Amino acid sequence: MKNIWLYIFVSAGVSYLIRSTPLVLIRREIQNKTLRSFLYYVPYVTLSVMTFPAIIQATQSPIAGFLALATGAYLAWKGRSLFLVAVACCLVVFVAELFLI
Amino acid sequence: MDKGGAAPRPNPQTKGDFPINHHASHFKRGILDGCPIALGYFAVAFTLGIAAKNAGFSALQAMIESLTNNASAGEYAVFSLAAAGAGYIEVAIMTLVANARYLLMSCSLSQKLAPGTSLPHRLLLAFDVTDEIFGISIAYPGRLDPWYTYGAMAISIPGWALGTFLGVIVGNALPLRLVSALSVGLYGMFLAIIMPPAKENKIVRALVLISFALSFCASSWPLLSGISPGVKTIALTVLISLGAAILFPVDPEKEEAHQP
Repeated sequence: MKNIWLYIFVSAGVSYLIRSTPLVLIRREIQNKTLRSFLYYVPYVTLSVMTFPAIIQATQSPIAGFLALATGAYLAWKGRSLFLVAVACCLVVFVAELFLI
Repeated sequence: MDKGGAAPRPNPQTKGDFPINHHASHFKRGILDGCPIALGYFAVAFTLGIAAKNAGFSALQAMIESLTNNASAGEYAVFSLAAAGAGYIEVAIMTLVANARYLLMSCSLSQKLAPGTSLPHRLLLAFDVTDEIFGISIAYPGRLDPWYTYGAMAISIPGWALGTFLGVIVGNALPLRLVSALSVGLYGMFLAIIMPPAKENKIVRALVLISFALSFCASSWPLLSGISPGVKTIALTVLISLGAAILFPVDPEKEEAHQP
């Protein structure tokens, strides 16, 4: 087991540096088109990679996870708020697992 | 995207520079707009707390992780890496990758500030650049008065930290059925972040599907089973994003419209 306080220290330091460096240093827009594009795509790709297949592995029944994915994707597509999408996914799994488990 | 209610109305007297007596009203406005954000954070952080508990974090440790990181995906990555006993460098790289979008947001936010904004203000604002706080700060008319953002931070940061704390404490007292349901809340939130731009931009849409597919292959392909999930996420993110950046460079004008 590694030291959890060191995990916290490392992640907090990196998180803060990511946010503070541009605000403190960069007063002009990034000009390099490839770098801009790369940074633009990163959040969506990394969140997608982390969402699937993890969402179907997090639930007791993979089918419930699939239903949550479908519901969440649909509501988010419709522009529903972060709060509503998150709660809807939880509800779908809860109800689905009443029948599946 | 949750913008936290209506954007404040522009006040002609305070546009450009902000007399001290106006900071209080901007701060209050920030608290109001931060309320729905705090509620959403509380629910999502609760599920993060469950992940933290599974990774061996105490309630206090998980709360401090939340107080100092303020990042759902980043913290989730840390908890899952910690659960796997990953190295500190792996945690640092994964935090960097999972939070890379905040780098872009901070760049954008720096353009929203009055040019003379002092270093302490910049350092304080940097503490809580999240999808939602960034969203309402950018929606603020004219130049951003940092005090407006501080108001939103003052209510949403405690919501986030308290949610994580209670997630660790109550998480394991909950029935398995409820934990199973709550554990997808975080993925629901990720979907809420990736779907709106995927709807508007067909390249992002394709990237989401490609990411799902490759992530699925990487997790089920026996040859790759020895590689840690963190390394897989980093490798896939860099591979897919770089490929897209080279093949489909983003038009800066369009890019602004898709900012989360």
